[in-house]
Amino acid sequence: MEIFWFVVLMFMLAVYVILDGYDFGAGIVHLFFTKSEEEKKAVTNAIGPFWDANEVWLIAVGGVLFFAFPTLYASAFSGFYLPLIMVLWLLIFRAIGLELRGQIHNRLWEKLWDKAFGIASLLLALFFGVALGNVVRGVNLGMVENGVSTQESHYFFLALWNPTLDPLAEQQGVIDWFTVLLGIVAVVTLTIHGANWVIFKTSTHLNARLRNVIYKLNFVLLGLVLLSASLWHFVKPFPLVNLRTHYWLWVFPIMAAIGLLGQFWIKKFKKDLTGFLFSAMFIFGSFATTVASMFPNLLPSTNGVNPSLTVQNMAAPEYGLSVGVYWFVIAAILVILYTVIQFRVFKGKMDDVGYGDH
Amino acid sequence: MEDMILYNRLQFAFTITFHYLFPQLTMGLSLMIVYFKWKFLRTENEDYNHASKFWMKIFALNFAMGVVTGIPMEFQFGTNWAKFSELTGSVIGQTLAMEGMFSFFLESSFLGMFIFGEKLLGHRLHFLTGLLVFIGSWASGFLIIATHSWMQHPVGYEILENGKFVLNNFSALFSNPWLWPSYLHNQAGSLITSSFFVAAIGAFYLLSNKHSRFGKLFVKTGVIFGLISSIIVAFPTGDWAAKNVVKYQPVTFAAMEGIFETEKGGAEIILVGQPDMINKKIDNKIAVPNILSFLTYQRWDAEIKGLNEFDESLHPTNVPGLYYAYHIMVGLGTIFIGIMVLATFLLWKNRLYQTKWLLWVLMFMIPFPYIANTAGWYTAELGRQPWLVYNLMLMRDGISPTVSSGNALFTLLGFVGLYLLLGLLFLLLVAKIVRKGPEAPIVLKQ
Repeated sequence: MEIFWFVVLMFMLAVYVILDGYDFGAGIVHLFFTKSEEEKKAVTNAIGPFWDANEVWLIAVGGVLFFAFPTLYASAFSGFYLPLIMVLWLLIFRAIGLELRGQIHNRLWEKLWDKAFGIASLLLALFFGVALGNVVRGVNLGMVENGVSTQESHYFFLALWNPTLDPLAEQQGVIDWFTVLLGIVAVVTLTIHGANWVIFKTSTHLNARLRNVIYKLNFVLLGLVLLSASLWHFVKPFPLVNLRTHYWLWVFPIMAAIGLLGQFWIKKFKKDLTGFLFSAMFIFGSFATTVASMFPNLLPSTNGVNPSLTVQNMAAPEYGLSVGVYWFVIAAILVILYTVIQFRVFKGKMDDVGYGDH
Repeated sequence: MEDMILYNRLQFAFTITFHYLFPQLTMGLSLMIVYFKWKFLRTENEDYNHASKFWMKIFALNFAMGVVTGIPMEFQFGTNWAKFSELTGSVIGQTLAMEGMFSFFLESSFLGMFIFGEKLLGHRLHFLTGLLVFIGSWASGFLIIATHSWMQHPVGYEILENGKFVLNNFSALFSNPWLWPSYLHNQAGSLITSSFFVAAIGAFYLLSNKHSRFGKLFVKTGVIFGLISSIIVAFPTGDWAAKNVVKYQPVTFAAMEGIFETEKGGAEIILVGQPDMINKKIDNKIAVPNILSFLTYQRWDAEIKGLNEFDESLHPTNVPGLYYAYHIMVGLGTIFIGIMVLATFLLWKNRLYQTKWLLWVLMFMIPFPYIANTAGWYTAELGRQPWLVYNLMLMRDGISPTVSSGNALFTLLGFVGLYLLLGLLFLLLVAKIVRKGPEAPIVLKQ
């Protein structure tokens, strides 16, 4: 039963990253690649009707995590206290930037909220990569000092950075060279992803330029992916051990590779949706590869004293998990139904939606 | 340890108080929006359609504020109350996860369609999307109050040796005797906020001689919804909720009412006065004899246990705070009924729109339902103290073990600063929508 909920949770998290990921990416595009007012409007129109529904996935992920793996929820959320609260602040800043910009027609006002929206989006993309890096690297569970736990075996607290930026140092921090590297991968990935969404949902002159940007950025991304994959080994030895025993898991890295390499044909795609599908595939594939390589660990321990947090030792008791399946299936069907309806109502280009004018 | 508890509590109290300023308007307002749209379908009078769209703009702004201030609420269970989450997550995780899955998806999907989709959908489907938004927002309230009710009156669980609460009866979460009275009481309170809000904007339009047709419509609708909801909030829902407190948390009831001594021959109801915690009495008291006994047990001489009957360690942590919160709620609730009865009478006599002084009163009532709702929630939450899960788990045992007080204070200060900014911007935008008025179209093309 806990495996079912693990798959559900990871799938929902992947959906969240793909959906809110394009919101963040669009924010980065807005910050760096838009020149005119018309182009800025195109970006906000492309995400305007969707962003808060996308953030609902974050709430849903949090809820399901709380329900299915309460101890992990408690441990991780209190351990990553500072970065998590800062993510919340950034989400708020991003939202007000987006919602407030069009409310008053004044150059300074618009510039201020443009920057708030763009910078918050950039930092969020960076933070999400950093978060993934932290989970991969693992933490000092139980806050072991000199071989003795100073806290219960599943609790920890992480400073924002350690002075040496070394992921293997005794004194860990949220920010080290490995997590920052993954953060940069996330920023480039989501920039491409967001640009693809803007191309899909709007039809201004910006799109031709964005195709060019995607093409160039994809080389950077390929380099970064190769770099981080080769350095992964130093932080987490033998990352592919699960894939060696379960061949079907190779479907995920292959998906990631197709998503990444396919993007190089961006200038030739006939349909505006194709690029978005490739970047979504890359995100899903690389995320699933990471999860599959860690399984059954949810949060690895970096000391020899306390065990890693795993799917088995973190799961809520059986009765609750079983009864949850009933309501979850009903809810999931409803969510799919809403999504289909929403997709049909808001099909096509959003150039005329007038987001922020009301 | 003590300052850790203090900062964690202050942060949760501050962020939830701020957050609930928004849902309390949206839950009630969604019903009124559906009502306007339904009236439009029935009468084909365009004004009703404009009214529903005008309030949808205010709703959408509130909803966005609710979302961005709501995400921190869910996260804080884990960040600041990790021990509580770990021990009770298998129970309350159910209702919190259900809230996300059932109500937020429903609300957010159809809100977008309601705002942007009138032309695409046609009026009947447009009405339906509004109705679904209403259902989503009320379901959200229901599941949150189911969670709250479990903390006040835990049911359907067993406790393992390691101290973890484990769910053993799912349906008990929803047949909890605490749930329905609290839910209906809370929804009526939410409807009061929205009715007074609608009536106040109407009064503002009438007094400033702008959009007068809508001014009349808003005042009339607000007053009728306001009369019904301010009566329901007191009777029967408030009455039910109070009887739950008497039955399951008698010491809380004594503190709320400010009863220190058990009186033979019936308890008085205290209207005003200040609790003196050293001499265990109410200063400057104005009270009516025997009424409290009658309200509680329908007998004039029924005995109500005073605080002194209970061991001091069981007393709510902040008795004066609890007493004031409760009295502010009840006092304001009584004033609401008075104003709305009078306004309905004048409406019926066709004199309301000309009675300037009452329109002024209605206009200046805007903040008070917010205060009453907030005070009501403080009554519930302070009344549960020092417990997190009533009688089973103490507040001090629920906080995150590894988050230091310095870090908790840092984030508390951050939230205070950010929310002050957010609140100012919100007021600015509401003022802007109100100034533009109900006939301003939603611009679809520039």
